[in-house]
Amino acid sequence: MARFLPPEAFGAATEDLSLLPFSLERTGTRQYLVANVVGDFIRLTEDELNRLVDLQVRPGDGLYEKAYAAHLITGTNQKAQRQLLAARLRSRMSFLQQMTPLHIFVVTLRCEHSCPYCQVSRQSTDRSRFDMSEETAMRALDIAFASPAARIKIEFQGGEPLLNFPLIKMIVAAAKQRSGKKLDFVIASNLALLDDTVLDFCKANNVLLSTSLDGPADLHNKNRPRPGANSHELAVAGIRRAREILGPDRVGALMTTTEASLDRVDEIIDEYLQLGLDGIFLRPLSPFGFAIKTKQFAKYDAQKWLAFYERGLRRVLEINRQGTPFREFYAALLLTRMLSDRPIGYVDLRSPAGAGLGALVYNYDGSVFASDEGRMLAETGDDAFRLGHVHHDSYNSLILSDKLIAAISSSLTQCAPECSNCVYESHCGADPVYHHATQGDVLGIKPLSAFCARQKGIMGLLLDILENCPEDAVILRRWAAA
Amino acid sequence: MTLPLYGTASQSAGFCSNAARSVVRLRSVDSAAERHAADFALAGTREEFQRAVEADWPSILVVSDGSIDLPGAFKGRLVAVPPKYDYLADGDVIGFDHASRKFRTLYRRKSAHNSFLVTERCNNYCLMCSQPPKDIDDRWILSEIKESLPLIDPATRALTFTGGETLSDWEDFIAVLKECRDRLPATAIQVLTNGRAFADSRIVDAWKDICHPNLIAAIPVYASVDHIHDHVVQARGAFDETILGILKLKDRGQRVEIRVVLHALTAPIIEDTGRWLARNLPFVDHVALMGLENTGFAIANDAVLWMDPVDYGDGLARAVDHLSAAGVNVSVYNLPKCVLPKSVWPHALQSISDWKNGFVEECDRCDEKNTCSGFFTTGRPRFSRGVRAITAQRDELTTLAD
Repeated sequence: MARFLPPEAFGAATEDLSLLPFSLERTGTRQYLVANVVGDFIRLTEDELNRLVDLQVRPGDGLYEKAYAAHLITGTNQKAQRQLLAARLRSRMSFLQQMTPLHIFVVTLRCEHSCPYCQVSRQSTDRSRFDMSEETAMRALDIAFASPAARIKIEFQGGEPLLNFPLIKMIVAAAKQRSGKKLDFVIASNLALLDDTVLDFCKANNVLLSTSLDGPADLHNKNRPRPGANSHELAVAGIRRAREILGPDRVGALMTTTEASLDRVDEIIDEYLQLGLDGIFLRPLSPFGFAIKTKQFAKYDAQKWLAFYERGLRRVLEINRQGTPFREFYAALLLTRMLSDRPIGYVDLRSPAGAGLGALVYNYDGSVFASDEGRMLAETGDDAFRLGHVHHDSYNSLILSDKLIAAISSSLTQCAPECSNCVYESHCGADPVYHHATQGDVLGIKPLSAFCARQKGIMGLLLDILENCPEDAVILRRWAAA
Repeated sequence: MTLPLYGTASQSAGFCSNAARSVVRLRSVDSAAERHAADFALAGTREEFQRAVEADWPSILVVSDGSIDLPGAFKGRLVAVPPKYDYLADGDVIGFDHASRKFRTLYRRKSAHNSFLVTERCNNYCLMCSQPPKDIDDRWILSEIKESLPLIDPATRALTFTGGETLSDWEDFIAVLKECRDRLPATAIQVLTNGRAFADSRIVDAWKDICHPNLIAAIPVYASVDHIHDHVVQARGAFDETILGILKLKDRGQRVEIRVVLHALTAPIIEDTGRWLARNLPFVDHVALMGLENTGFAIANDAVLWMDPVDYGDGLARAVDHLSAAGVNVSVYNLPKCVLPKSVWPHALQSISDWKNGFVEECDRCDEKNTCSGFFTTGRPRFSRGVRAITAQRDELTTLAD
């Protein structure tokens, strides 16, 4: 049957090929990491890269196949390659369809802790003028319900929000009475004041608890002083009790890395493991509020933090290899973006930035901020992200305010210097508040940015493990899948 | 063994001459069901034939080796077929050509694997095609299908439409699918198509507008690279149109299965293809990785296509892993368990249609036979060197060897 044609009959002629957009980074001698428009990575040698750019590729030479499968080239008249990229990009960016799904209510600025790294400037517990009023809360709720998202999360913050528990109850009841949106509630609390009344309320209203746990008792208590020096004891007891009453998945804990944490990541992780938590979020300090005033933020740089993070991640992987499923949540978040096109609207890791579009913050005094960090800046006198006030503004006037539009439009990673052609851009985000705080500019000079250094460092580490440690790669892929 | 689905009647009488063909439904002689004009009493013995005549059946089909002496007194429509068609049963439907007396079994009520051939025309010319395309005017087949649909048991769980390229006459074929929607609302419909037609928005819109409650397009993708796929299907530009078609179907919320037939051109790269599908098309509803049916063009191209499944098992397992990890529903078709890595077993299905499914002697000693795909009996079956009974004992030996 000579009717069948040989493989050569189906190759495109070189002049019919076009390059598709991609980014690259030199990773070693004549070695490049290359990413297509949606962030699929492949590695090319310098020679391969040059041949690709000159379109000196031919079906059957291996490079053609590699580049075609990675959407780096297309037949000039073909449509599918571009349509696939368009469909995938649309999926990745579809978090934008959920406008402002998070609404943070600062129900009080009072706190009975006095943490030196606090990103907010707290007030002592006896001054009720730092509590949010009922009237302010109801106006904030009007704004939250005017946002287009079909499902919103209302998060209570402080200070210590349980110091104004009556207002929390009032807001939850009022929100539930309004119709038209699905609701989630979270209380971000140190749990020191957690009692059965609060737990019963959380259970009855399906409220999540989110707390701080910095590690073993001595470290935690050093980071988080309170009268009685028993912050750790109360947090641990609170987590146990909440897991018991509300269920194991209804309470989460977050850690903050201080200089004192840097050598102790194994102990910190073990603390989470012993409590039966299913993972840990290894977080650096943020350059806001008290963390700046007390010079906590300046005590370690991105490289030290990355070393801490890598030790922690490898310890977490070891725990998994030994048979206990346990995640590092930041890695899981990045891996989901690196290995899938699921839309991830995580407020600090998206472009357009999550400020305002992802979250609004209603301060105790009625001021509205574009992000939690934005209100922290205001506590130290910087109103750059104060969008307005609940009594004078509507959802539309806040979201369309010149301040917010300027901050978001001038920080887009898709067109920012150093970001637009960064090989990691698809998986990263704009953080205008961070760059404003550290560099006085919402865009920032990325080679000087610790945010950028951490992002690239962690993604480089994850790629290295995915490519070179098959057993750990299986674990990492599992995190991205669920 | 292979069930004979095509044949020639030994005798026929009573068919009018103004139609070339008839669609015939078989009924038990004693069936109390309402009689349709297309219904024939099914008689396997002289005694049954007598009862059919007494029960006033106007049409009778006899399965007989010729020893039944057919009475000349019967004046209705009559077909006699040889005994090897004794699988025919109540509710089955056959298409009968008056002049040549050739018939084809179109539908077997008791089978879970009923498929209608829609046309033999195709705009692909796949190297391994099990149903080699012919460039002929066979539009009469669609008319026959239209005539058959009212005769099919509405309780039928699933029907497949195959080709050729089923969308060759897309307007007529879509009309058939609308009939299915109306007459067989509880029947899942699977359409095998190369998907290229869906690159045309008019066709994909028409498909969507059927609003069928349970319809899936099963579309082959053989590689992540254009020229490899185009070579396998022997059509330049096919990859581009097929992928575009899949995207347009999913964009309109239609269900899609992707099929990868495994042979020497596709199996060595199956891990790449699996990873690419997982990354680029994770929203499809099902991916089937399919062992080769060695019939049709696959026999002619044996030298280019044959690859022993045990030689691609590891890559296949990794492809399954990539797809599963991305949340894609993935199955392996047509490959017996003994040639597959154990991690693939949960995905390996009994996929071979009942009428062409068989086992070899070795299988009688195998613990897994009851859940195994077995083999195709069609064409010129080729057996992997990995075929051997799976027994508890062998398992232990394997463990020792590891």
